[in-house]
Amino acid sequence: MSIIYERTNGLTKTSTHYCPGCTHGLVHKLVGECLVELGVLGEAIGVAPVGCGVMAYNYFNCDMQQSAHGRAPAVATGIKRVLPDKVVFTYQGDGDLASIGTNEIIHAAHRGEKITTIFVNNAIYGMTGGQMAPTTLIGQRTTTSKSGRTVEHSGSPIRVSEMLATLDGARFIERVAVNNPVNVRRAKRAIKRAFETQLAGEGFAMVEVLSSCPTNWGMEPLDALKWLKENMIPYYPLGNLRNWGV
Amino acid sequence: MAAARGTVYFEEDYCKGCSLCTDVCTAKIITLDMERVTSKGYHPAIIIDESKCNACANCAVMCPDSAIRVERFDK
Repeated sequence: MSIIYERTNGLTKTSTHYCPGCTHGLVHKLVGECLVELGVLGEAIGVAPVGCGVMAYNYFNCDMQQSAHGRAPAVATGIKRVLPDKVVFTYQGDGDLASIGTNEIIHAAHRGEKITTIFVNNAIYGMTGGQMAPTTLIGQRTTTSKSGRTVEHSGSPIRVSEMLATLDGARFIERVAVNNPVNVRRAKRAIKRAFETQLAGEGFAMVEVLSSCPTNWGMEPLDALKWLKENMIPYYPLGNLRNWGV
Repeated sequence: MAAARGTVYFEEDYCKGCSLCTDVCTAKIITLDMERVTSKGYHPAIIIDESKCNACANCAVMCPDSAIRVERFDK
C-alpha cells in the first residue's frame, strides 16, 4: 500500500472559508505542494491580497503578510530586498492585481523583482459581491453590469499576462486553468517553474490561473468549470508567454 | 472484473459537497451522499463501489479542499 495523494504539508489544517467548488482552494493546494516539493516551505514568505484570498495567511503553512488592496507586489518587493534568501510570493485575485494593483504589478515586473506572483483570474470581484472586474468578459452579467459588460461602456477585458510578457524583467509568464485534472497538473508545473525562476535569481515570475467563482457567477461548481472552458479560455488563451533558459 | 487497484478516503470535515470529484472520477464511483449532512451542513462525497477504484487520483487532484487521500495497493 502506498499513498499516492494526500493533503500537503504546505497547507495548515484549517478548513478554508471559500464557497463549495471555489477553485481558490485548489490553487492554494498547488502552491503548497510546489513549496514542499522544492524544499523551500520553511524559507517561504507569502503576501496575501485583499479579496477572497485575504485570509490566505490562515491556510498557507509558511510565514505570511497581508497587504493593502493591490499592494502585494510592493510589499513583496520590500520583503525580498531585505531578505533576499527567502522565497517570496504574492497571491492575488483579478480585482486586486488587475484593477487597483495594476500599477504595482507592472512596475514589480518592470523592475524584475525576484518574486513569484500567483494571479487568480475568475473574471469577477468575489468577496465584495460579484461586481464587474477589468477581466470580466464581454456580455458577462455582474451586479454592476446587469445587462452584460459592453465594449462601449467598459472597454475590452484586460489580458494581464500578455501585457506583462512585453517587459524584459518578467522572466516567466504563463497562463493556466484549473478546469480539469489535466490542466490542474499543468498549472502545478507552471507554478513550480515560477518558483524556480525566483530560486535561480532570474527575475519576476507570474502564473495566471483561470479560476471559477460559482457563487457570483450564479452556477453550480461543475457548470462553472464548463463555463470557464467555453468562455474564458477562448478569450484568455492558455500557454507560456515567457520562459527563461528555454 | 479487475480487482481494485487502490482506495480513496474522504476527510468529511473538509468536504463541502461541491461534487468536482464526482465528475472527474474515471471509474464513475463517487457520488454525494444525499442521506447525510456533515457538521458543516454539506452532503459529503462518498465512494459507492470500492472494487472499481483504479487509483487514478483525479478526484484528489481536483478537490479544492484537499479532503481526499488516495492509496494504491502494491501489486
